[in-house]
Amino acid sequence: MSRNSRPPHPDTVPILRETAGHLDSSTRRLFLRGALGLGTLTLLCGCDVVDGISAETVLSRMSDFNDRVQAWLFSPQRLAREYPESAITRPFPFNSFYTPNSPDQAPVIDPVKYHLNVSGLVDDRSDWTLVRLYALPRVTQITRHICIEGWSAVGKWSGVRFSDFLRLVGADLRAKYVTFHCDDRYTTSIDMPTALHPQTILAFWFDDAVLPRRYGFPMKLRVPTKLGFKNPKHIGEIEVGNDYTGGYWETYGYNWFSGL
Amino acid sequence: MSVLIRRNAMRVGRGSSIIHPVIVRITHWVNAAAMVIMIMSGWQIHNAYPTLPFEFPAVLALGSDLTGALRWHFAAMWLLAVNGSIYFVYGLVSGRFVSKLMPIRPSDVIRDFRAALAGRLEHGDQSTYNAVQRLLYAGVIGAGILIVLTGVSIWKPVQFRILTTLFGDFDAARLIHFAAMSVIVLFLIVHVVMAILVPASLRAMIRGR
Repeated sequence: MSRNSRPPHPDTVPILRETAGHLDSSTRRLFLRGALGLGTLTLLCGCDVVDGISAETVLSRMSDFNDRVQAWLFSPQRLAREYPESAITRPFPFNSFYTPNSPDQAPVIDPVKYHLNVSGLVDDRSDWTLVRLYALPRVTQITRHICIEGWSAVGKWSGVRFSDFLRLVGADLRAKYVTFHCDDRYTTSIDMPTALHPQTILAFWFDDAVLPRRYGFPMKLRVPTKLGFKNPKHIGEIEVGNDYTGGYWETYGYNWFSGL
Repeated sequence: MSVLIRRNAMRVGRGSSIIHPVIVRITHWVNAAAMVIMIMSGWQIHNAYPTLPFEFPAVLALGSDLTGALRWHFAAMWLLAVNGSIYFVYGLVSGRFVSKLMPIRPSDVIRDFRAALAGRLEHGDQSTYNAVQRLLYAGVIGAGILIVLTGVSIWKPVQFRILTTLFGDFDAARLIHFAAMSVIVLFLIVHVVMAILVPASLRAMIRGR
């Protein structure tokens, strides 16, 4: 870089004095670190070569970059494949965020006392009973649930189109995020374009029966365009807003968008 | 005919001319790093829910758990994609793929493979590849294309639905992704052993000649 093969420009010295001369050595080091941290090249350096920039920081930035790429790739019209009845996986696998990973740990929710809260940027914040929710227009889908662990299973869910529900409560459809607070203390959030996708539904039925406790009674968000952990169960509150809220697994480092 | 001339030109210039241009050497080593990250993090991802009934040893898996492994995998994929594209486009446009790897005749492969097993295969001239090398290099480029396409199809089975359907849906695409990885790892073992046995080939990939 500083090979003196050519004579320096006559103005070099004063210019350097004007600019770099003001930087103390620690600032210059910071600048160099910043410069080195740019781009995926750092990935090659690994964690300890450039101290101050850990592999974790680079990986987090790449995950944020992947969020933006996936939002750009996502098509509001493109549909997840729908399957015939014969393709349904039975028994459908159970999976949860709690340990032990057992259906016995799933929350017991009284259907009579149950209320769904709607909060944030919505006109109608009144609570919803199950009777009102069950009366909403129903659609059915047989789609593939793909888990971040790598397994997949085909299931049949019925419920109301989430876009219909959001319009019904007068949600601000230009808001960035929809967050789900669940009765088992699980949380996650999705982007508005995905919330408005025609296959994103609030499911109250599974395989032609009331959604069982193990699969999220009384309701689960079914999003066939996202990985399984973005399909929250036992939803107690739906919040519309512009502030990033993340989610349970997202705080452990799972990619937020996790689109399919 | 043009292939013949080009190869003869290379023979004439042997010793002084560059065997591997700098773009090939840089993309080769960047690819080596990206591939190792992809393979080792991929093994950790497999361990999260082993589709095939075994787990990879923890020491060979990159990322402390599934979360870390996925972060490595989805970061290094961009390095692999950008670097791989440069290598691939250069190989096609410059004619390097054709001049170095073609033709591959089955009879030549059998002849050279027998010679290799008997320890009689010439490795003195680094500017041309024998038939076994051509087959292996062409094969690993094919496996590389396959692993990227199956990777895209299990990363985005809705957005690239046609691709996923082409591979026989999500689960099948995932298995093909694994199979392509296995082919690449087998190639890597042979490739590294040969580079150790024939140091001139390693030197050519570092210094260019």
